[in-house]
Amino acid sequence: MNPEQPEEPGKPAPPPQRGTPVGRRVLLGTIGLGALGVVTAPTLQNALESFLGAAAGKDPTGLTGLLPNGGGFRYYSVTTSVPHKNASNYRLTVGGLVDRPKTYTLDDLRALPQTRLVKDVQCVTGWRVPDTPFEGVRLSDLLDAAGVRSGAGAVHFTCFDGAYTESLTLDQARRSDVLVALRMQDKEIGHAHGGPVRLYVAPMYFYKSAKWLSGITVTERVERGYWEHRGYDVDAWVGKSNGRDDDPTS
Amino acid sequence: MTLRAEAHSPAATEVRRFGPVQKWVHRTTAALMGVCVVTAAFLYIPQFAELVGRRELVVRVHECAGLALPVPVLVGLVSRHFRADLGHLNRFGPHDRTWLLAVVSRDKRRSSRPAAKFNAGQKIYASWIAGATLVMLGTGLIMWFTHLTSIVWRTSATFVHDWLALTIGIVIAGHIGMAIGDPEARGGLRTGKVSREWAKREHPLWRP
Repeated sequence: MNPEQPEEPGKPAPPPQRGTPVGRRVLLGTIGLGALGVVTAPTLQNALESFLGAAAGKDPTGLTGLLPNGGGFRYYSVTTSVPHKNASNYRLTVGGLVDRPKTYTLDDLRALPQTRLVKDVQCVTGWRVPDTPFEGVRLSDLLDAAGVRSGAGAVHFTCFDGAYTESLTLDQARRSDVLVALRMQDKEIGHAHGGPVRLYVAPMYFYKSAKWLSGITVTERVERGYWEHRGYDVDAWVGKSNGRDDDPTS
Repeated sequence: MTLRAEAHSPAATEVRRFGPVQKWVHRTTAALMGVCVVTAAFLYIPQFAELVGRRELVVRVHECAGLALPVPVLVGLVSRHFRADLGHLNRFGPHDRTWLLAVVSRDKRRSSRPAAKFNAGQKIYASWIAGATLVMLGTGLIMWFTHLTSIVWRTSATFVHDWLALTIGIVIAGHIGMAIGDPEARGGLRTGKVSREWAKREHPLWRP
């Protein structure tokens, strides 16, 4: 049964003096501290967030951003790599149940009236970035320009990462705080943040704000998006979905 | 390694420190922990996340490796020798107190650092990392199965999971750093054998 060679004699099986079971106490103590940490987390987290938030503002190295609750955005992508697009090769198509399907270049979008919103960004995994400016074209303007046909009830979004999808009902899509965003934090949106063009759905969890937006399709009813196939709520109102109670963002 | 063992007379110069079960448990646990740490970095550090993407797959690998992490130790319990080592790690004698006091007062003399098969530092590391792993497993399960608990518990579990992950990362870096600093100790876990001279120097109270 036991493949080991017997150890050399010299140490009797039960040693004469066994010693104190400090190891067990350390193990149980660590588990106890972990449990205590979970129980006191709401208090600890508030204190740490305000401290790290203040520290991050004065930290030129950006290292505080790597600490838990250190503030700032986190990068999530569902694919291995995402192609880079710029003014020369970026295209946004609007199609589906519309009278006038259209393809926009980046310059076309820049030429349309721009709206700037400054609101908090709330991720469903918990992080929140306060007062983040987004600027772009209202989705409702693009839908009006395309002429939504009767019988349409929803809008489906596709992305040039080739995998991510999102959806909104037509009523949600027509809200004035839903943008096809070209700028974030008063800069052009970089690749890592979903640039050059991403969706911005201010009142919902940030997974609704699809990065690398490339297609807008008007459909009859809501088709579930990427994360919604994996259990996330379709109507992702901040504070009223996904079992969370964050403060609303819009 | 075989060459070296043949060149010397094993009985005179080498003593057995670990059997195949201990070696296997350590290697498997280290590999699983490595997977947890690397996938955690891919999920957590923005620069690595940008490099790798494929979030769903990385999450799945992280979850599976984490769930499997305690398994090698549990399997190892079938071995009498492994259980004996756990006993050595658990029990502290007066010499361990001396060892710890020497560390606190930065006393580096060998005579003030008495140790049996494991020194007090190794004992505390082993117990702490075992407890920390179980805390990570518990908080991880709360984060994984989101419908088990309310949002407050999940946020709290995430908080503990994040900060403890950072702590474990630092402690493991220290563990690896010490192993790099002592090739013979590392060789002991690879081959199962150490020189009698090393054993006498590093673990004077150990009677193999």
